[in-house]
Amino acid sequence: MSTLATRKKPPRVGDNPIFRRSLIGIVLVLVAFVIVAPLIIIGVEAFSKGWATYRDTIIHPDTLHAIMLTVLAALIAVPVNTAFGIAAAWAITKFDFWGKRFLLVLIEIPFSVSPIVAGVAYLFVYGLQGLFGPLLDAWDIKILFAIPGIVIASMFVTAPFVARELIPLMQAQGRDLEEAATSLGASGFRTFLSVTLPNVKWALLYGVILCNARVMGEFGAVSVVSGNIRGQTNTLPLHIELLYHDYQAAGAFASASILALLAVFTIIAKVLLERQGAGRVRKTANPAEKTS
Amino acid sequence: MKIRLENVVKTFETFRAVKDVSLDIDSGELVALLGPSGSGKTTILRMVAGLEYSDGGTIHFGDQDATDIPVRDRGVGFVFQHYALFPHMTVADNIAFGMKVSKVKRDKAAIDARVTDLLRLVRLEGLGDRFPAQISGGQRQRVALARALAVDPKVLLLDEPFGALDANVRRDLRRWLREIHSELGITTLFVTHDQEEALDLADRVVILKDGQIVQQGTPEEVCRDPQSAFVMKFLGDANVIAAEVRDGRAYAGDVSVEAQGVADGRAELYARPSDLDWSHAGPGIAATISRVLDRADGRRVLATTVASETLEFDVEPERIVKAGEAGFVTLRRAKVFPV
Repeated sequence: MSTLATRKKPPRVGDNPIFRRSLIGIVLVLVAFVIVAPLIIIGVEAFSKGWATYRDTIIHPDTLHAIMLTVLAALIAVPVNTAFGIAAAWAITKFDFWGKRFLLVLIEIPFSVSPIVAGVAYLFVYGLQGLFGPLLDAWDIKILFAIPGIVIASMFVTAPFVARELIPLMQAQGRDLEEAATSLGASGFRTFLSVTLPNVKWALLYGVILCNARVMGEFGAVSVVSGNIRGQTNTLPLHIELLYHDYQAAGAFASASILALLAVFTIIAKVLLERQGAGRVRKTANPAEKTS
Repeated sequence: MKIRLENVVKTFETFRAVKDVSLDIDSGELVALLGPSGSGKTTILRMVAGLEYSDGGTIHFGDQDATDIPVRDRGVGFVFQHYALFPHMTVADNIAFGMKVSKVKRDKAAIDARVTDLLRLVRLEGLGDRFPAQISGGQRQRVALARALAVDPKVLLLDEPFGALDANVRRDLRRWLREIHSELGITTLFVTHDQEEALDLADRVVILKDGQIVQQGTPEEVCRDPQSAFVMKFLGDANVIAAEVRDGRAYAGDVSVEAQGVADGRAELYARPSDLDWSHAGPGIAATISRVLDRADGRRVLATTVASETLEFDVEPERIVKAGEAGFVTLRRAKVFPV
């Protein structure tokens, strides 16, 4: 062994072995108890009464309806919030206008406000005794305790996700690329499609995935506005709670496993996308690669 | 294409970036806008491009009033300071972009042929498949130029074209851009804060200060006959020596220089380091050498005069000079400006 390696060197800044080990240890223990253990329990409990019970719970019409409703809410809320996020990020990063900072703060509000507050607020806006209640009633439009309410509540909760991912990136990119494209004769729409969008696509997809995960898992706001009508306005998270209160623990866990599976798929999709994004950079860094 | 700016004004919020600038650029001319940061040079360039609009005055391209023509239809090629290449497109796709989005439809073969021609022009044959991240800064600069030229612009505009490159690459690219310009003969306007770049490259140099043109002319004219202390100082190192003007001559210590047209009274002599020399005998400005800096092409001497002014000048590499030595600074030539 060389003398260099055997010489006892003082630790580098922040590299104290005791500190390092205890920090890693604490994190691992917390992850095990807080994140991993509950996930395992979901799997174990879901199958505690056997495969048949699990299957029966899943194919029960109420469960299927809840899954359908959750997916429907996601199918509407995610595209709408994606469009909103792109528009908001574009407006904030590419234009100067009065009240821009205020808009930035407004967009963040759903992150900081408890979802249940949003639910209650919607109750007072669209409920029968609410602001637009009589008007909506007169026109026979049902928003609360129906699908529109669920979608609107989901949209509120997930509004910031896409914008939040795009704004820092688009701010960093500045206006140069758009100016270059326009000076070369591209229309605004063409510039957006072939210059702006490709450069934010990974951040955009990441935002969409986070948004989707949150829509599917949303409980608080939806629970207030949906009215929990079994087989009608019950989303998957609400359905799980209902089953649990009915002392159908195995059923609740079975439904929960579906939601957990959706979440796991989301995480896998996110990791794959990040790989793709990173892979693109790696690929471009390798001159031997033929990329056209 | 001739460019004519008439009384152009631009204000950002309350800051007047460009004040009443008038400028004529002849067809095929290569003109440098030279000035310190904040002098409005980039703003003028961006107004010529249509990336900013003037608050007053007009910009004509030939006989056409281009003041309010949007950038998309103005027919200019713009090269950005940081190139602004599209990172997700290959070099070839970057160059082809303008032709693909153009209102004039070209078929794929024609576009490919033009891309190949341009790659040859900017000496990047065989690099069409690379992405911008895979090529060097100097190569990116050339791609940016090829992309701007691809749309057959009437005017070529370059914003600090070599600002982000190291010294050797800059020099090469400068000579090369000059060659391209003589080959294509396209009217070219570029912005720089580097006087060497402007003098090296341009047919005509327009020097700006605080949003106004302070002097313009060929590199020879502005170098040999700076009209103000600002231009003198901005174009290169300059020594400032307090002087007294009497009857058309400026006196400083034992030396005097011609100062026709400068009013009697206090004035300043401006002299380049190469305009001064060192001698053990007078007449000259008595001084003591405080430091000697050795450089590749000679020795730079820092001397302190009896009036506590610091003077810098160059002597030949063989000359023996030492710190602490007393003697006289002699004057070959100098410009006199009133204080």
